[in-house]
Amino acid sequence: MPRAILYDSTLCIGCKACEAACAERWGLPYDDKIAAEERISARKLTAIETHGDKFCRRLCMNCVQPACASVCPVGALQKTTLGPVVYDAEKCMGCRYCMQACPFQVPSYEWSALLPRMRKCDMCYARQSQGKLTACAEACPTGATKNGERDELVAEARRRIAEKPGQYYDRIYGLKEVGGTSVLILSAVPFEQIGLRTNVPQEALPETTWRVLELLPDVVSTGSVLLGGIWWITNRRDEVARKEGKRK
Amino acid sequence: MSRKLPKITFWRAIFAAILLSGLYATYLRIFHGLGGSTNLSDRFPWGIWIAFDIMCGVGLAAGGFTLVAIVHIFAIERYKPVLRPAILTAFLGYVLVVVGLLYDLGRPDRLWHPLVMWNPHSVMFEVAWCVTLYTTVLFLEFLPVVFEKFGWHRPTAWIHRISVPLMILGVLLSTLHQSSLGSLFLIVPEKLYKLWYSPILPLLFYVSAIAVGLAMTIFESWHSSRAFGRALELPLLASLARVLAVVQSVYLWIRILDLTHRQAWGLLGRNRMETWLFGLEMALMIVPTVLLYQQRVRVNPGKLYACAVMVVFGFIANRLNVGTTGLEASSGTHYIPKWSEIAVTLSIVASGFAIFRLIAGYFPIFEAAEHEEAAREEETVEDPVTVG
Repeated sequence: MPRAILYDSTLCIGCKACEAACAERWGLPYDDKIAAEERISARKLTAIETHGDKFCRRLCMNCVQPACASVCPVGALQKTTLGPVVYDAEKCMGCRYCMQACPFQVPSYEWSALLPRMRKCDMCYARQSQGKLTACAEACPTGATKNGERDELVAEARRRIAEKPGQYYDRIYGLKEVGGTSVLILSAVPFEQIGLRTNVPQEALPETTWRVLELLPDVVSTGSVLLGGIWWITNRRDEVARKEGKRK
Repeated sequence: MSRKLPKITFWRAIFAAILLSGLYATYLRIFHGLGGSTNLSDRFPWGIWIAFDIMCGVGLAAGGFTLVAIVHIFAIERYKPVLRPAILTAFLGYVLVVVGLLYDLGRPDRLWHPLVMWNPHSVMFEVAWCVTLYTTVLFLEFLPVVFEKFGWHRPTAWIHRISVPLMILGVLLSTLHQSSLGSLFLIVPEKLYKLWYSPILPLLFYVSAIAVGLAMTIFESWHSSRAFGRALELPLLASLARVLAVVQSVYLWIRILDLTHRQAWGLLGRNRMETWLFGLEMALMIVPTVLLYQQRVRVNPGKLYACAVMVVFGFIANRLNVGTTGLEASSGTHYIPKWSEIAVTLSIVASGFAIFRLIAGYFPIFEAAEHEEAAREEETVEDPVTVG
């Protein structure tokens, strides 16, 4: 069963324990200065954002049908059956199409590095495949970030909304967005008020390009017949013209 | 000749200045990475090295497949005199696209990765394969010129034997990747501004590539006639301009239908940067199209050239809008290329001009056509330096 993360913004106190745990897990530096940066980057793969008195957590959504993995020309990004979208830096040639394609502006690039890599949260693929929780979920003191199976977390989110309807905005972010994501978000206020993109399509993005790409064999075969046929006709016309010219 | 000398020196000085700045930008790119040589960021990962060097570069080289199709497949032989320059432009264009790609890729040493690490679901993967194969096809299509120069008849005969499947392959590969450059942006429906995002982006990219390929053919004929002091194939170019006007009209009509069906015209009421850029793009496309329908414009070398240039600029405006400016609003940031990005792009364009000139001066790019034409008209004496 695919794994997921449920982030409940109403339970988050903005302590940033998830950020520190994430930095430790990736071996990235973490200090007060970096903690103050409210945006993800190549050296900070998750970030707590402050929106008035509300918080929101940014991390890779690990989409159910990820645009990044579908566009990667070398297959450096893969959707695992476990849920995380993993990245193989050894394959990556740095075209940055994943960054362009991501509807959540998640992938970051090591712009100043001479041998740069793309960086993003991989929902602790290594830890989760060993049966452990993601570093962020383990570190969260309030249960705002919860790690588990996606179906169960969706049910849990619905339960929370049903039990305290007044406290929640009546929707789960990530349930339908871009065909569903592995990170589900609950909020007290409409999602755009905590900085989430609400204009993302409800359909899975890889569909948009696959609709065209799947026509490729048809285009090639039809095109070959058409062009070959036209050449055959025009060439025959030339031959006839030449012969008739000779006769005259 | 002495009258021309200062002008040449002026252009040479500009050329040298461009190459020097490009050289310094190259140093920055190699030793300070993409961060030190571009204004790209996590929010704006693609700049002019993609939108111009690659998306425009590939399109501007479309004359190669367009003319191969016209001359050899549709067998409209009268356009043969402009075929070789078009193939040379295309070949150079693609080589320079690869050079541009080496600058833009974070790991240029892994340029070959898509050839062995497959992902058939990726448009970029398809483009990578098509561009690789088509550059090879163009090389083979250009080889007879080299063989002719050195008088090697046997390899010419060999290439001639595979020429028909080769040409069909070339047209197919071009059809695929010219359209796929548009498909690249199908994945960003909510990011690309609605004046440009369309489910038929691949069709729009394909038709506009054909148009700009024809415009480039006129453009380079005009330039080479000045550079080499040879006659301009005016009747030929004028009739090519007719084709251009029709293709451009078809493109504009599809564009109008697309905007209508997507109910996007209302966006033009907004006073935004995108509205003005769209207006500029449209003006650069509509004005030359209307003008080219007039006989007196088509037969006037200066006006014909101006129209071709406008079509080229309209095309570039469109690609830059799709590839950069149309994505700005949703990115939450502004992108203005760094000087080094512009320096590299200008250096690539300038090198393209220079290398074309060198090759056209050395190999029988234009002479062949003149020979053939002369032979056809059964003239025994020909004057290669006639200025018309």
